Amino acid sequence: MSGGRGTVGHPQPAARPAFAWRHAVLRLVVLLVALGAWQWGARARGSVYFPPPSRIALRAQELWFSGPARHAFLSAAGIGDVLPSLGRMAAGFGIAAVGGIAAGVLVGRSAWAYALCNPVLQFARAVPPPALVPVFVVVFAFGAPMQIASIAFSAVWPVLINTAEGVRATDPLRLDVAAVLRLNPFERLRFLLLPSALPHIFAGLRLSLSLSLILMVFSELLPGTANGIGFTLTDAQSRSDLLTVWAALLLLGVLGHLLNTALLAVERRMTGRRRPT
Amino acid sequence: MTLRLDALGQRYGDHPVLHDITLTVPDGQLLCVVGPSGCGKSTLLRTVAGLQPAREGTITLDDAPVTGVPDHLAVVFQDYGRSLFPWLTVRDNVALPLRRRGLARAARRAEADRILERVGLDGTARRHPWQLSGGMQQRVAIARALVCRPSLLLMDEPFGSLDAQTREDLEDLLLEVHRTDATTIVFVTHDIDESVYVGDRVVVLSPGPASRVVLDLPVELPGKRDQIGTRRLPEFVALRSEVGRVVRGA
Ligand SMILES: Nc1ncnc2c1ncn2[C@@H]1O[C@H](COP(=O)(O)OP(=O)(O)O)[C@@H](O)[C@H]1O
Ligand SMILES: [Mg+2]
Repeated sequence: MSGGRGTVGHPQPAARPAFAWRHAVLRLVVLLVALGAWQWGARARGSVYFPPPSRIALRAQELWFSGPARHAFLSAAGIGDVLPSLGRMAAGFGIAAVGGIAAGVLVGRSAWAYALCNPVLQFARAVPPPALVPVFVVVFAFGAPMQIASIAFSAVWPVLINTAEGVRATDPLRLDVAAVLRLNPFERLRFLLLPSALPHIFAGLRLSLSLSLILMVFSELLPGTANGIGFTLTDAQSRSDLLTVWAALLLLGVLGHLLNTALLAVERRMTGRRRPT
Repeated sequence: MTLRLDALGQRYGDHPVLHDITLTVPDGQLLCVVGPSGCGKSTLLRTVAGLQPAREGTITLDDAPVTGVPDHLAVVFQDYGRSLFPWLTVRDNVALPLRRRGLARAARRAEADRILERVGLDGTARRHPWQLSGGMQQRVAIARALVCRPSLLLMDEPFGSLDAQTREDLEDLLLEVHRTDATTIVFVTHDIDESVYVGDRVVVLSPGPASRVVLDLPVELPGKRDQIGTRRLPEFVALRSEVGRVVRGA
């Protein structure tokens, strides 16, 4: 084997363990201090509008997570509100992801299609997504199809645009390699275009995921909705049940955080075996 | 496979790069193409590889005109870091060209491992290219080129960015491959010594624009080539200075 001086590359370790550990502790401390301050401030004021976090968490638990173990501790409201919301969000996000990646590859593959579509895409992205919901209300009337369509139509643009950018950024030398190896279009997609665009695709998916959550709640705030976390919000508000409103906000924050963490984990799994370039 | 260039010309827009290149590379010859940087060596290879159409003249392989990427062709590029696919293992990189031969997965892996062993890379199959040194990465690229047993191998300054020791090892690997497989090879380099050491024949291109062939020299050296002995031979020294004179435009 030849002298391997010079350019040996090693995967970057995430961070030195001691350092990562200290970081985690520090984060926890900041979180606890913030929670403590909130708890203390809310108790001191004693306002019904700003209940302390301990009561909010308790209400969230009794509302949604007081069920039997065989239902994964979900209560009737948990099954009736949280699951339908998540289901509609998953459907909308799934449609946006699949459609956005497919369309993004098509648009990104051809300079001609990109030049043609780019203004339209930039326009579509610039429209504030909730403003589109009334359109879907008219098209689908109220209900799950309208909600899923709102989510999908809002979340599709970031994936689509980022996928197209990623595919366009494919190294031209690698395209030459693919041509010389005579990969067929499917192989070129599978072995070159998608892997090389993957970081862009995930950047788009992260944006789309947070849009999906926003649109999930927003589409449930409208009249004609019968269940969901957004519905719980408006319903509690109409009954002046502020504790439940706060509990729903807490639940949304936790859900958003969990979903984002899950997506990051998937991304790390899929891109972990290559050096960041 | 016999490669024939007939009055080949190439240009980018209004900028002429190659002009009236006529060359026949007989089956099994290792032709070195030398010329200053920017004279159009890469353009010549890309045109032969069918990656860009010839603007003037014709290219034929065994009398069949080249339109598009020919069968039985392999290319090794200088920039191994970009030409390999970092998201695939070494084995999967090497096995990639075998997919179009319709081999089963196990057969593809076995074939890839066999060729990896041949280029001195046994034991690296499950690693990723960026975990290897530059010289080893270029060996992976060579393995990927050889795995389909090409009848025409094009190499674009393949050893240009490697250190001296690694470069000599790979030159000898190339000579060994050429001895056993008798593949027709077009080897582009800007290193005069390398061209004489590796080639059966050296062709020098003039500086651009509109480069032409200014020297076409058979390389006849006694005995099997080796890094120390061959470079000391009076024949080697004479050929090297002749090529050097022409490259420097004297
Ligand atoms: N894609 C391109 N578009 C325009 N000009 C190019 C392109 N590729 C190369 N050239 C020009 O063509 C000439 C020959 O380039 P190249 O074939 O890369 O030379 P070499 O490989 O001998 O260094 C150079 O002047 C270069 O600037
Ligand atoms: Mg070049």
